[in-house]
Amino acid sequence: MTVVLDPTGEQVPAERALLQRPASVEGRTIGLLDISKPRGNIFLDRLQHRLEAAGARVERFAKPTFTKPAPVDLRHEISTKCDLVIEALAD
Amino acid sequence: MSHPLSHPGINVPAMTLPDGLVAVVKAECPTCVLVVPVLQSIHAAGVPLTVYSQDDPAFPSGIGTVHDHDLAVSYHHDIETVPTLIRVEDGVEVERTVGWSRPEWEKLSGHSPLGVDLPELRPGCGSLSVDPDMVDVLAVRFGGSVLRSRRVEIAALEDEAEALFDRGWTDGLPVVAPTEARVLRMLEGTTRAPDEIVAVVPPDLVECTVEKVAINAVMAGAKAEYLPVILAALEAACTDSFNIHGVLATTMPVGPVIIVNGPIRRAIGMNGGGNVLGQGNRANLAIGRAVQLVIRNVGGGRPGGVDRATHGNPGKLSFCFAEDEEGSPWEPLSVERGFAPTASTVTLFPGEGPRCVVDQLARDPDDLAHTFAACLRTVHHPKLPLGFDAILVVGPEHARVFREAGWSKQKVKDEIHGLLQLPGDEIVRGAGGMAEGIPDHLRGLTLSKFRPEGLLVVHAGGGAGLFSAIIGGWANGEIGSQPTTREVTA
Repeated sequence: MTVVLDPTGEQVPAERALLQRPASVEGRTIGLLDISKPRGNIFLDRLQHRLEAAGARVERFAKPTFTKPAPVDLRHEISTKCDLVIEALAD
Repeated sequence: MSHPLSHPGINVPAMTLPDGLVAVVKAECPTCVLVVPVLQSIHAAGVPLTVYSQDDPAFPSGIGTVHDHDLAVSYHHDIETVPTLIRVEDGVEVERTVGWSRPEWEKLSGHSPLGVDLPELRPGCGSLSVDPDMVDVLAVRFGGSVLRSRRVEIAALEDEAEALFDRGWTDGLPVVAPTEARVLRMLEGTTRAPDEIVAVVPPDLVECTVEKVAINAVMAGAKAEYLPVILAALEAACTDSFNIHGVLATTMPVGPVIIVNGPIRRAIGMNGGGNVLGQGNRANLAIGRAVQLVIRNVGGGRPGGVDRATHGNPGKLSFCFAEDEEGSPWEPLSVERGFAPTASTVTLFPGEGPRCVVDQLARDPDDLAHTFAACLRTVHHPKLPLGFDAILVVGPEHARVFREAGWSKQKVKDEIHGLLQLPGDEIVRGAGGMAEGIPDHLRGLTLSKFRPEGLLVVHAGGGAGLFSAIIGGWANGEIGSQPTTREVTA
């Protein structure tokens, strides 16, 4: 029998249940996160238009660059300001 | 004699020796055989004496030997030579001597004369506990819990290589099983503690210890002396400037290209010569592979997961090479990047696979610069300026042309940059029948193919062949990845 050492990070990620899907977006604040890929803003502009028509308030956010994860401060800001968030990947 | 210190088992705690004299011997050592009458006479004189035998439990006869069968006593008391004679008072060693020396033994034992028929002096033999075959085994058996990783048992009927594949720990090729003995041996390559954090590894942002790097280095086939290079390369990869998260996640075919400079290249036998970007050199291949295995296993970055490459490239298994500094007409890459010539460094570049530049006719540096410029223009697309860096690996026969003309590396770069000022109307979208290009409002500008610092020139390759190589980069600068250099330390 060979005993080897685990080469992985041995992570045990916390599991969280998904939130209930909201019945309506009316009166909700929705964050739109632009990951800063070209033309992502065009897609998000259209979404904002539709969401506002449905009675939602929209906050816009952008990552500094699409190649790196959103900074912690930005994630925190989104979580404190918004009820819902939509992240768009577009090219 | 049953002794509380000689109980079998593993991870025996540090143990106290019995008071009086203690001798550690082995039957296969001629000096130990030589001193048997001496030990017998000490024993017969009623001096408290405990003899530990490393091999034959009946050696020497008539004394009531304790068999140090698992070498626990020898390991815990740092026995390097047999015979070793120790004097112990109140459980504490106060004096020891190794080999046979009559005056030393008489002084230490307080008993004389001793061994009057023996030569005055006879050196001892190596202790079994420091036998090269035993050192790692004993370190595992008694070294305590310096290694913290989970132990995974591979059943006797499992094929070892298959078992490691099945757990998802390989890059598609077999790996060396990271047993504790091998990992401890790997850790000998660094002075850093196993539990020291080397980097926070994307994409899972896991704090990676020296131990985890060593495990993956074993799997990659590395030798202990490569470990400092692997550690430095991983540190460089996990900086915000290099941005391994993006390099991993991108759909483009890039991975970390590692260029090694400085004395460590030769110390560990790296290749900067013939077939420099190819197979066959263990150090080149294992270093690059170890870094990628850490990204995979510790960071959780796997193809189809966060690695979204459309094509990838074979260099994502390993892409690491040494600059040929000795044969170069120019200062090494590391010196250009601000390090001393005596420093060993790794420079990480987010690179695709290499492509060849053929020019067998140019004997004039201007001609060769034109060839380089024409080929470099096509990096990723001939109509895309500024966004991507590149490495130009100049082969020795091409470098000779510049050497003979007295061109510095900066002069080569300046000439290439001068030739790669692209007129906007040639590279706007639609120009040349190609949709790809810059937005139309930039038509009036002249744009450089490379940003000023975006062309890295390295000297490497075999002595024959009027060829060079280009390694195209990835989204550069703040938005993507910057070439990143780190010094290799112990």
